[in-house]
Amino acid sequence: MDFIMIIYYLISAFIAGMLVWNFVREKEDRQRMLLYLIVLIPFVLRLARIR
Amino acid sequence: MNGLRATGKRAMSRTAAVKTLFAVITGGIAAVSAVQFYQHRHYQLPIVAGPGVTRVAELSQYGAGLKGTMANTRIFFLEGKEPGGRALVMANTHANEIDGVLTALILIENAVVERGTLIVIPQFNNSASRSTRPGDGYPLFYGIPTAWGIKRFRFGDRGASPLDQWPDPDVYVHYPDRQLLSFLDARNTNRTWPGRPNGPLMERVTDAVMRMLKQEQVDIAIDVHGAETMFPVTNCIVAPEKSMRIATMASLTVTAMEGFENHVEPSPQGFRGLSHREIGDYSETLPFLLEAPFPFLDQPTGPKTADLLLNGKDPFLLSLARQHKLFVPYDESGWPVAKRVGQHCSMTLEIINQYSIKNAGRAIRLGNVPRYADVVRDGVGSYLHDPDKARATDVHYD
Repeated sequence: MDFIMIIYYLISAFIAGMLVWNFVREKEDRQRMLLYLIVLIPFVLRLARIR
Repeated sequence: MNGLRATGKRAMSRTAAVKTLFAVITGGIAAVSAVQFYQHRHYQLPIVAGPGVTRVAELSQYGAGLKGTMANTRIFFLEGKEPGGRALVMANTHANEIDGVLTALILIENAVVERGTLIVIPQFNNSASRSTRPGDGYPLFYGIPTAWGIKRFRFGDRGASPLDQWPDPDVYVHYPDRQLLSFLDARNTNRTWPGRPNGPLMERVTDAVMRMLKQEQVDIAIDVHGAETMFPVTNCIVAPEKSMRIATMASLTVTAMEGFENHVEPSPQGFRGLSHREIGDYSETLPFLLEAPFPFLDQPTGPKTADLLLNGKDPFLLSLARQHKLFVPYDESGWPVAKRVGQHCSMTLEIINQYSIKNAGRAIRLGNVPRYADVVRDGVGSYLHDPDKARATDVHYD
């Protein structure tokens, strides 16, 4: 795997982590909760090297 | 005070319940899509080596940088008893143009070479054949009906999977001409010719084929594609100056003898990275690129279904045809796969035939390959063999 690809996986992991953290911290707005999870899906699939 | 605490606890448990519900739903969606994408990427297409196949190699033999990657792919050699010229047929350069791989399989599973050598790469951009375009609603698989059942194929994408080459640059700078191309073209193996051994993965693919062309002294290279009916470069052979005479003769011959049109388009000199330009400029090989009309790729169609892929029938395209907006004839019968693959079979045979007439010392003679009328009459599936009935050593998974 190229060095730049490794960096992009690290960036993806960071963004995925931020989305999970925001989801955990959100207490009231249900639309935001759902939004964080939906946006998380492609990051999870990329990190799992599925899509 | 106790009442307030109880209300707060109830609200928190309600939030936790909603969060859990959302997490389960989105987790379920992610799991279902993950399974489908995984099955698509790892599905192995069985290819039955026919009576003409003498050896099977891998592209990494010509480019070490491909070993162990999803870009590595199989190469089928069909060598005749008599020495002669060498022809290469490449399919799935764009893995969403299915007629190429179907033509390649017909050649591998049926052709018998009497003189010279036929080399076939059925999944030239192997990584792209394991990718998809969910945003466009692409089907993951399609099936070709045969006498022994449905043969299942992966339906790929135009460019390599980002799992294999990532990230895309802002602008793709072509090597060696430094022409600025679209960022998407970094993963498009019809923009990365002639490539380099230490470049991005797709440049390593084209570089390996360039090395093969030189090492195996290949005389002609045919790159099989499909193109939109609304795109002027469709239903044609694209050829550079050095291949023009043979392309013109092949085009005239099929029009006169087989009754389908396939005009000649000159390969533009200023547009870099294309097989029909760079193979000609950087090797002795004569390149040709075949385009058959492929309605699935047109933008103004209905849903991108497997039916549209195989039949090429679409009411919106029919309406546009009546307004003379298409570059090919189009009616209620659409552009079925048998017609498109039949054209590619005949054009491939005719290019080889015309080359052999002009270069008797390097002639290539092959038999048992159906022509346009045969494929239209019998269907593509009639020429695909049952892997369950073939000898295990003859079945190659790609």
